[in-house]
Amino acid sequence: MEDTDVILLWGSNARNAHPIWFHHLLKGVRNGARLYVIDPRRSESAQWADVWMGNHVGSDIALSNTMAREIIHAGLHHKEFIASACSGFDEYRKSVEEYTLERGEELTGVPAEVIRECAHTYAKAGKAMICWTLGITEHHDAADNVLALINLGLLTGHVGRWGSGLNPLRGQNNVQGGGDMGAIPNRLPGFQQITDPATRERFEKHWGVTLQPNEGWHLTEMLHAMDQGKLTGLYVIGENPAQSDADASHVRHLLENLDHLVVQEICMTKTAELAHVLLPAAASWCESLGTVTNSERRIQLCRKVVEPPEGAKDELWIVNEIGKRLGKDLNVTDPETVWNEFRTVAPDFAGGMSYERLEKHHGLQWPCPTLDDPGATFLHGRLWKQGAARGPAAPFTVVRHEGPIEIPTREYPFTLTTGRHLDAYNTGVQTAGFGSPLYRGETLDISPEDAKRIRVMTGDMVRVTSRRGSVLVQARVDDRLRPGVVFMTLHYPDDALTNVLTINASDPKSGTAEFKACAVNVVLATSAMPAPV
Amino acid sequence: MDLKLLDAEPTPEERAAVDARLGPPESSWHGGTERTARDLHVAYGGKAQRDRRHLLLPALQALQERVGWISEGGFNYVCRRLTVPPAEAWGVATFYMMLSTQPRPRRVLHVCDDIACRAKGAVKTCDGLRKHHSPPLPHGVVGSGGHDAAPRGAHVTLNEHHGAWTTAPCLGLCDVAPAALYVEAGEQPVERSLGDVTAEYAMGLLGGGADPDDVLGGVRVAGGAGAAGAHAAGPHGTPLVGSMGAPRLLKRVGVADPASLDSYRRHGGYKALEKAFALGPEGIIRELNEAKLLGRGGAAFPTGRKWDAVRTQPEQERYIICNADESEPGTFKDRVLLTGDPFAIVEALTIGGFAAGCAKGYVYIRGEYPLGAARVQHAISEARKAGLLGANVMGKGWSFEIEVRRGAGAYICGEETAIFESIEGKRGEPRNKPPFPVQHGLFGKPTIVNNVETLANVLPIVFEGGAAAAKIGTPQSAGTRLFCVSGHVGRPGVYEIPMGATLGELMELAGGVAGSGTLRCALLGGAAGAFVRPDEMGLRLTHEDTRAAGVTLGSGVVVAFDDTVDLHDVLLRIAQFFRDESCGQCVPCRVGTVRQQESLIRLRKKKPLGGVAGELALLEEVGLAMKDGSICGLGQTAYSAVESAVKRLRIYS
Repeated sequence: MEDTDVILLWGSNARNAHPIWFHHLLKGVRNGARLYVIDPRRSESAQWADVWMGNHVGSDIALSNTMAREIIHAGLHHKEFIASACSGFDEYRKSVEEYTLERGEELTGVPAEVIRECAHTYAKAGKAMICWTLGITEHHDAADNVLALINLGLLTGHVGRWGSGLNPLRGQNNVQGGGDMGAIPNRLPGFQQITDPATRERFEKHWGVTLQPNEGWHLTEMLHAMDQGKLTGLYVIGENPAQSDADASHVRHLLENLDHLVVQEICMTKTAELAHVLLPAAASWCESLGTVTNSERRIQLCRKVVEPPEGAKDELWIVNEIGKRLGKDLNVTDPETVWNEFRTVAPDFAGGMSYERLEKHHGLQWPCPTLDDPGATFLHGRLWKQGAARGPAAPFTVVRHEGPIEIPTREYPFTLTTGRHLDAYNTGVQTAGFGSPLYRGETLDISPEDAKRIRVMTGDMVRVTSRRGSVLVQARVDDRLRPGVVFMTLHYPDDALTNVLTINASDPKSGTAEFKACAVNVVLATSAMPAPV
Repeated sequence: MDLKLLDAEPTPEERAAVDARLGPPESSWHGGTERTARDLHVAYGGKAQRDRRHLLLPALQALQERVGWISEGGFNYVCRRLTVPPAEAWGVATFYMMLSTQPRPRRVLHVCDDIACRAKGAVKTCDGLRKHHSPPLPHGVVGSGGHDAAPRGAHVTLNEHHGAWTTAPCLGLCDVAPAALYVEAGEQPVERSLGDVTAEYAMGLLGGGADPDDVLGGVRVAGGAGAAGAHAAGPHGTPLVGSMGAPRLLKRVGVADPASLDSYRRHGGYKALEKAFALGPEGIIRELNEAKLLGRGGAAFPTGRKWDAVRTQPEQERYIICNADESEPGTFKDRVLLTGDPFAIVEALTIGGFAAGCAKGYVYIRGEYPLGAARVQHAISEARKAGLLGANVMGKGWSFEIEVRRGAGAYICGEETAIFESIEGKRGEPRNKPPFPVQHGLFGKPTIVNNVETLANVLPIVFEGGAAAAKIGTPQSAGTRLFCVSGHVGRPGVYEIPMGATLGELMELAGGVAGSGTLRCALLGGAAGAFVRPDEMGLRLTHEDTRAAGVTLGSGVVVAFDDTVDLHDVLLRIAQFFRDESCGQCVPCRVGTVRQQESLIRLRKKKPLGGVAGELALLEEVGLAMKDGSICGLGQTAYSAVESAVKRLRIYS
């Protein structure tokens, strides 16, 4: 990040949501990188940009396809790289042909010459990076959005090189680690396919059990299964679905109707309040030993520094005890033993990462298969290698612009998009209890033009209604928004439960819901101004 | 930048003032009033915006020139235009004494009450104004502005038709003391340097009854910087200059028309630049080295070595700065060169730019010198018209530009790294060295900073050759030197003497001791210099002789005090000066200058801590801490004059 020449920060307000990482971005900017921020709002991050491109909500594929066509027509695509390391280019080239600059401007709202300049700068850069977060992934076509960006990286050869790459920013200190360890529905530890018989056999042999051969349900599918009565028991560890999921009223209803809900938590969340059994857990970042994986795939030791409060138990201990009650002593009370088992079953991934080395090197970046491997500073470098070392070709994927599920109507004339404040975190479980000089609570942010039209001023209470529900919230006029778009966070469920409004339409490939776009109506509820006497 | 701007909006007048300096806003994101359809989807900013940060001070100055102070709406607008966080811009606005963040009338008179003017009746002028007009305005926000200035937020007259006044540190007008600077904000702002200022004259001006004539030749700043304004001579005409032998640096002052390029050329102008092109960069530097030219700003660093250090840097973006922030109390020689021979500065900067490979030069002129700034600005535009600046200087295929920047009332900005900070649009706080300016100067690039007088020396050296110049003066102190003689002398003015002449000879040249006729002492080198006794008039004015005597030439100041002068009062004013002018960045200076003043006040009131001996020991300790611990020369020399008064004059014995 610090050494790159061009940064496309796409669908991310990292200044607010990833403030520490944003410092690294700013180092890059200070070293001369040109920064483009692509976001419907002129966010806090966008204000640092050389160019802010304010596209329409959900028009990211249109924008990237337009850039791709422009790059191809200008002859700026990396022909050698495409020929040697990629597949499916011809089909891709044909698919973007319809996305002319004019059509791109029409679909995204971004002036054609701005798209052109961005495309050329990105393609011509010696090193360039695309970084994204939930503005890309919290859409019903999330995976397609990501693929559209990957296409751009392949097209220009900005992958697999120092200072060049595709960089999804992780939202929590260890969300990457959860995936690494296999806490995702379709993978075993170290991202190994559960559907692959040979892999499964290796794990079965090691664990002495038979594994079911299918991919599991992701969260959205679980909610669906609850709705259909196929899922009646739930064990929730460190998550607050009662407030964090789209269409919150409905989710709460589903959780309430479960036969059995177990919640393992460090705080009394709204979900925990619904639990039949609550398991108080130690906070993993300071009350127990283990590892975390950060956004750059660096696995770090995380040490215990304080004793947990009375009654709260180490999560490993809880899992072990549950195993015993279910009739099997897993004997997994020592974190290092568990870690070493992980290294054994995922040797290509973490075989070289002993606790001793993690401590010595202050963390190592996976993959790191052997004890003399320094770890991988970047991925996909193989694509630049010759012969067999290059491995399978990286495929272009044809993706088409669809736009959000809900488009504004007469009845719901605004698009509500959601995001983050700097000083708050997700549903506020970990942040709402603490004071902050920046605290401002939930507001409906609205453009000056719209505010004037519907006669709303900052401080007025407005009623925001979608097809799913309705909330009362304070209005805040914000010139970073354009007419037709309103903005809320999800940090302050006690002020207004934003997810009552959001749509549960989700991406079939990733299961992510479309938090970033739903149609709402906004009307004045109570004016903050005293009535004229 | 995630700016947290204020709610205040600019008035049309404030907007126009700022836009006149910065150009119209590019979009509604940068202060434009209309939000266009395009603005809803695109905003430019980032590096292009950040690179305009150096315009912060000029924008604030434009605002103050138009409305008389840094109004909240105008301030907010400047921040939005330049993407500077208000907190940071506030730090800049409050740093400079001439910028006011408090409302002020449009007409303000800055009355000098510094040492040289004090010797000539400034206290009487100020007392008269206090009695018959109003208390003085406070300085900025934190500045004390003298012990009796109206407290911050106090009601001072804000009547549009009724001007206000404030005390000022040395205005560089010591030859016409007691002096003042008249400033009138508006669409056609007026800035005039005034001499012989009595309370009656001052009140006439503030009441709007009198038209202020510039003592140096009246000039209207906006639009009037041209020949017409610059020609008009004030009642005093050209400032008094003189020399021992043929003048080298002052030969055109009072002789050539400072507003005419033709006149300048008739008097030898631009001959040196021609010669410089023939010599080439290395040849020029060789001549400077042969002439043994040492910097005249105070540090006496070899100029040729400085130029060569920049010339040989691998970095190609380089700058040269003419340091015309002459603010040392008692100093006005640079003012005389700026107003009397402005083309010479332009020509010498051009030679420096050519020698060191710089494409851009700056002339940083203290805010108190409106006429100097106008004349240099005029000289630049004339030179550009004549092809002596710009894309193809003298048809040699080499391009060079010069920009004038004005200070805003901060002594510290004359420090060679503080001047970078100020030009970059920041508080004028000195940087730590190393890295040195020749490696890492303005905008982080190799930079030459030369004093005005140093540059004036370049022309005869390049033209005549270094060997001829080296013959003048002594082997270790070559050339001539300008001295600013003021206070109780017969003919206060700027005198050019070959180095090696004695202090007594200089005093004679300036008409001998005036006032009571009996000399008590003379301050040599300015507030950062030292007092000398009447029995030291045989002191030869060279680097080596002054160093041996434990004093300094400094910026060439000689302020003579007769035996009627209250030296305790002079010392208090010097202490006040350093306290006001300390930038506050490093602790020894920030705290030390205050402690020093407090100590002197106790001595004055005859209530010393632990007796006189104890108090003097304390002063010494504070002084040593400042000398050893301060980042820059300001703190390092803040005890110098006081120390000499204690040890050389023994005023407390």
